[in-house]
Amino acid sequence: MDLKLKIWRQANQNTKGELKDYAIKNVSADSSFLEMMDQLNEELITKGEEPVVFDHDCREGICGMCSLHINGEPHGPQNATTTCQLHMRKFKDGDTIYIEPWRSRAFPVIKDLSVDRNAFDRIIEAGGYVSVNTSGNTLDANAMPVPKADADEAFNSATCIGCGACVAACPNASAMLFVSAKVSQLSLLPQGKVEAKDRVLNMVNQMDLEGFGNCSNVGACAEECPKEISLENIARMNREYLGASLASSK
Amino acid sequence: MKLDSKIPEGPLETKWQNHKANIRLVNPANKRNIDVIVVGTGLAGSSAAASLAEMGYNVKAFCFQDSPRRAHSIAAQGGINAAKNYQNDGDSVYRLFYDTIKGGDYRSREANVYRLAEVSANIIDQAVAQGVPFAREYGGTLDNRSFGGVQVSRTFYAKGQTGQQLLLGAYSALSRQISKGKVKMYNRHEMLDVVLVDGKARGIIARNLVTGEIQRHGAHAVVIASGGYGNVFFLSTNAMGSNGSAAWKAHKKGALFANPCFTQIHPTCIPVSGDHQSKLTLMSESLRNDGRIWVPKDRKDAEAIRAGKLKPTDLPEEKRDYYLERRYPSFGNLVPRDVASRAAKERCDEGYGVNQTGEAVYLDFAAAIERYGKTEANVKGIDNPSAAKIKELGTAVVEAKYGNLFAMYEKIVDDNPYETPMMIYPAVHYTMGGIWVDYNLMTTVPGMFALGEANFSDHGANRLGASALMQGLADGYFVIPYTIGEYLADEIRTGAIDTNHAAFEEAEKEVRGTIDKLMNAKGDSSVDHYHKRLGNIMWNKCGMARNAQGLQEAIKEIRELREEFWQNVRIPGGANEMNPELDKAMRVADFMELGELMCKDALEREESCGGHFREEFQTEEGEALRRDEDYAFVSSWKYTGDAGNAELVKEELVFENVELKTRSYK
Repeated sequence: MDLKLKIWRQANQNTKGELKDYAIKNVSADSSFLEMMDQLNEELITKGEEPVVFDHDCREGICGMCSLHINGEPHGPQNATTTCQLHMRKFKDGDTIYIEPWRSRAFPVIKDLSVDRNAFDRIIEAGGYVSVNTSGNTLDANAMPVPKADADEAFNSATCIGCGACVAACPNASAMLFVSAKVSQLSLLPQGKVEAKDRVLNMVNQMDLEGFGNCSNVGACAEECPKEISLENIARMNREYLGASLASSK
Repeated sequence: MKLDSKIPEGPLETKWQNHKANIRLVNPANKRNIDVIVVGTGLAGSSAAASLAEMGYNVKAFCFQDSPRRAHSIAAQGGINAAKNYQNDGDSVYRLFYDTIKGGDYRSREANVYRLAEVSANIIDQAVAQGVPFAREYGGTLDNRSFGGVQVSRTFYAKGQTGQQLLLGAYSALSRQISKGKVKMYNRHEMLDVVLVDGKARGIIARNLVTGEIQRHGAHAVVIASGGYGNVFFLSTNAMGSNGSAAWKAHKKGALFANPCFTQIHPTCIPVSGDHQSKLTLMSESLRNDGRIWVPKDRKDAEAIRAGKLKPTDLPEEKRDYYLERRYPSFGNLVPRDVASRAAKERCDEGYGVNQTGEAVYLDFAAAIERYGKTEANVKGIDNPSAAKIKELGTAVVEAKYGNLFAMYEKIVDDNPYETPMMIYPAVHYTMGGIWVDYNLMTTVPGMFALGEANFSDHGANRLGASALMQGLADGYFVIPYTIGEYLADEIRTGAIDTNHAAFEEAEKEVRGTIDKLMNAKGDSSVDHYHKRLGNIMWNKCGMARNAQGLQEAIKEIRELREEFWQNVRIPGGANEMNPELDKAMRVADFMELGELMCKDALEREESCGGHFREEFQTEEGEALRRDEDYAFVSSWKYTGDAGNAELVKEELVFENVELKTRSYK
């Protein structure tokens, strides 16, 4: 198929970016979106132009490195799918495709389509863990049974890949879905309950410091999430946060 | 040169306990003055960095991704082995040890493998304590499943995302130490060389991949946990950025490289669909618990399927060849990976392949859906359930077990695997070879350690499924925290490492020289162009089957290609900015050398074992023919200034606890 592409080009964080037009021919419907980008870059290199920078790594939809706003949607048109797993058969011959980076104050553009998502790491550092040393001298794994329903629910929250699509989708650039997924996972499991109060307060505090917006229940985050992280996580985090705020001595 | 593996004295069962009890310690006040660099943040790197920081060392950790959480361990699907015997099916530390030695075709070190089996149970305890949400039974206890090459259920899992959950567990431990300031994390940084001062590893040269800045980092020990080198084949199940550069640079600075030709070709991957392909996707081995592998019995049927005139679902049972069940009745579809891969290749080479390229076999879930459906109907008390009802109930069970994998398959192939069998074909997945290490995981360079897939130690010539996660975490959480003390105990008086030392100066100069040379080539062809050509040579001549002639040709072709690459590669942009083409070029330059060493190693090893299949050495039935009398050793290569002229140093493998047998899964 032949396509027209409008791609955001930006030399670095301090320069102004703009959409540039590209045309690409003979794209296989079986290639992935990023393989289409590879093809474009190969052509640009041959022509002596600078290839488009974009983040990607595993290309299996699990590492969370790929991003891209495609035709206004984070990770493009297919539900529950990362950009790397999106295939060109979802587009039509002759289509014009807009390709832009995540847009959020907390995710500054590094170059072209690549953004800085270190804010997510700092939120995890603020409390997204169980404070247990790695000695291996813990309880036997089966000593504390966990109801299957809780374990499954915790797993569902834990499948977040930290890609940032939730932030990119939100009109307020809120990171509530990302933060609440981690808060939920750990608050659902007995191992995480001990520190649950401090955790939610510290993580929410860090989220605010990073400049993410507030949640106004739009729901676009869950809609666009490639891992289908549910809005229930946000509800659970709000409950945890409220409880922790009332009970906190800090 | 003589290799000392430093295996402790005493019976196998007590080696590790005794060694731990006698290992030297570094007191807490001194640990605060000792710096350790960890390269890579996958399971081995993250767990090592977190553990060493907890102990009190100052850690600097490096990863090329934008966050340590994205290292490629995250993509591991099926599970992690541990000798817990929760299923009461006769599992034990010894049995896990034995399965791993046998699975590795008797080319790994007994003592290391036994230790791995021994600490495996702690990994599960540790992960659960960190909040890793493993799959559970209704009673609240942990669930298990089976993997290839074993007859017990010892694999713990979190749907098809076990690697993700374990890595996020290690990443959370790492994040906790970052927040305490005990780990300084360098995201989007790549190690470009290791620096030796007076023969000891004293630091690294790294490049900031955002700014292009070249940096010097000093430390009292350098831990390489940078993963495997499967991307030398261009197409593999590795992530796009996975590379062998850190390990290769370590090799060039004196670390011996062991068994480079031992590559794992995984039997169940989505087949190649065309020239645009940038990587291959694995379908977890766990699928072989329930999926049955087959091709048509009649070549004409295979031809009709390839031509689109026949559907697999139209082919009756008696016209299908379940070749694994036929050839290996006792293990059936759960034979080890090397055996399953070769069997698929054999059928396809004979003309029974089922996709347009003729390089695919079926992985069929219809029988499992029916079996589960009937059980569910019984459980629900449905008498005389209709076929449709059985299918509905069975599909739900299969979906709960493998839903995410089926969804991934459908996204890539555009076929519904609940309705029609999956198509699969072997693909490069893992490298058993790696940097040579002794029992303490130290390389032949004092102060330089190698963990996880980056080392060679535990999997011999073939890794069993669900053992990579086990090894990465064992090395990082439970081995290196003890064994590094043996070396660092002598470093307490060293003081801070001076990065103005001439050795740093020289290493930085060399790195800058390499970058200039690449940037100035200003040739005609892209990095990918060369990487693909290298991958082709490797896959065709050093892949699933190898022979002397092909390997000799490959060596010659790689040398020519390497020459051309340095003359004619084109890298746009500059070196002092974000430039992924330059990053790739540095990695491919190293693959061009490593690939040659792999071929040399494969040529030298005149036997077939595990993933290394030399066509000249096979039994009448086409099984691998091992030659224990001549080849029961680790091939460790010493760099002498040119990859092709590496010098072979043998570490003889001594088996005191298992008898060397012909591996049979029949």
